[in-house]
Amino acid sequence: MTGEHFMKGDEALVEGSIAAGCRFYAGYPITPSSEIAERMAWRMPLVGGDYIQIEDEMGSLAAVIGASCAGAKAMTATSGPGFSLMMEHIGLAIMLEAPCVVVDIQRGGPSTGLPTLMSQGDMMQARWGSHGDYEMVAYAPGTVQEMFDFAIKAFNTAERFRVPVLVMGDQIVGQMTARLVIPSEEEIEVSYRPLPDVPPEEYSPADVSRLVPPMVLPGEGYGLHMTALTHDEFGYPETSASRQESLVPRLIRKIKENEQDIVEYEERLLDDAEVGLVVYGSMKGPGWEAVQAARKEGIKAGILRLITPWPFPREPVERLSERVAAILVAEVNMGQMVHSVREYARCPVHHLGHPGGRIFHPDEILRALRKVIT
Amino acid sequence: MRAHRLPHIWCPGCGLGNALRCYVEAMEASDTPLDKHVCVSGIGCSGRAAGYVNVDSYHTTHGRPIPFATGLKLVRPELEVTVFSGDGDLVTIGGNHLIHAARRNLDLNVLCANNFNYGMTGGQFGATTPYAARTTTTPYGNFEQAFNLPLLVAASGATFVSRWTSLHVRQLTKAIERAFEVDGFAFVEILSPCPVGFGRKNEFADALAEMTHFREKAIVRHDADLREVGITMRREDPIILGNFVDEERPSYFVGKDDLLKSVLEGRE
Repeated sequence: MTGEHFMKGDEALVEGSIAAGCRFYAGYPITPSSEIAERMAWRMPLVGGDYIQIEDEMGSLAAVIGASCAGAKAMTATSGPGFSLMMEHIGLAIMLEAPCVVVDIQRGGPSTGLPTLMSQGDMMQARWGSHGDYEMVAYAPGTVQEMFDFAIKAFNTAERFRVPVLVMGDQIVGQMTARLVIPSEEEIEVSYRPLPDVPPEEYSPADVSRLVPPMVLPGEGYGLHMTALTHDEFGYPETSASRQESLVPRLIRKIKENEQDIVEYEERLLDDAEVGLVVYGSMKGPGWEAVQAARKEGIKAGILRLITPWPFPREPVERLSERVAAILVAEVNMGQMVHSVREYARCPVHHLGHPGGRIFHPDEILRALRKVIT
Repeated sequence: MRAHRLPHIWCPGCGLGNALRCYVEAMEASDTPLDKHVCVSGIGCSGRAAGYVNVDSYHTTHGRPIPFATGLKLVRPELEVTVFSGDGDLVTIGGNHLIHAARRNLDLNVLCANNFNYGMTGGQFGATTPYAARTTTTPYGNFEQAFNLPLLVAASGATFVSRWTSLHVRQLTKAIERAFEVDGFAFVEILSPCPVGFGRKNEFADALAEMTHFREKAIVRHDADLREVGITMRREDPIILGNFVDEERPSYFVGKDDLLKSVLEGRE
């Protein structure tokens, strides 16, 4: 597939996933993510992988995790209602340390909401939707090219840290058609989870001192056990506060201690900025246009674009807030990522929100920027 | 067995120990080496089985061991993947996955220990609890009707459908061996006494009472009309056992390979 293409975002994401080594897809069709399922159904058999349609989203992510435990790079894709149904198994992937990728092509909610129209309303659910304590990694692509590129990032991060990773797209970036450049295979860096480096007879999970322990695969004689219950280093269940204290903080530290490595963002025109615009996902385009228009009017605006909304890029936000008089967060929801910006910003933080159904026009953002500086 | 994990959590009089023993003996008797067997379980008393058997094993979420096993089997078709779980897990919360897995006819073995209630959480009713039976959430008796599992799974398309009680050790072991052999979805219902959760509220209070009932009322009828094998757990009604369905039907893998071959070859 190396070369130039004209493709939908959802389709580009499929190609990025395949380039990253994805060979298993389980899912339940849902608008506006179904193009991912459709292309996967066509492509997987051609690359020696499996596409399977499961009867609901709970089972879909369960199948993905089973495939991941069997050794495959595996993923699913969905939208709002399906994303809600997947929340329990996000926790299973965290607990079994099963690398996988979950794509949410966001649409308007709550409930069935706006099946065919965009929103960014699942951003907090992405971070906090499953029960219990955990850290989350999520990428927010803003272009068709990024649907391809961030799919690769998502798989690599999932495999490196043995965690589920989210790609938080939306109906606009999923269904827009644009130019896509697929690099050659040699140019694409691909990671795979750590595996045990000793044969079964020498293997002792108790020796595992690494933050990300090697992943034992079935059928190789290791006699593995994995459980969704709180467990010891052998994988056996133990219901106690002390075991919880040794397990859960390690699962969190896998991300926390590598935050510098994982967090990605993009800063433009911030050197002399007096007002900072914070956006992510599809808002990348309108946000950048609005900042350029503001500059033409003499408003010294700059933009901070969150590539990974989670882990939250707190240092860039802190830095930005020390530089500008005010921050404007523009997002297609009634106020989600703005809460995290407020948590770390040391300047006034304003919000431009919309419940979904359309993306902001650059002029609307420009008007909001004008208001912020007066 | 992982001897260091014993003692197990199961109550005196529970049928799960026997059911697990039959599974282990069937694995030992099978042509597949033990390190190519995989056990997947869900949540509940029977879900703990995965932690006791000394083969690669996964203890997953409530109701979802079948889709988990589906993903695992698709990636590693050479592994003998068996789901060992309970009626609440496989039939009530996970019922949709059960019928779809049977329809799909992927080569999985599902061993379903049926004790007619949710034992681990203190004896609530589920989709297998007979009409009028008492549980902690049916204090006036169960208003609902129970699933007839062999009928349900057979109608959904399974290749092999069988029912034994945990007392029928030899027949049950043989049925599990057969489940390993068949190419397609195999389902074994294992009727399992639960004196603590189910029995004591339903005239089977003594640990032996439910076993005695199984022994006295069991009728082996391999060619039974599956519409008539529903279980009432009334003193007067029979409990019909047997290997009800054992027929060749193209498994998921066969169907997939055939189609892919013909379609893709046609293109070249």
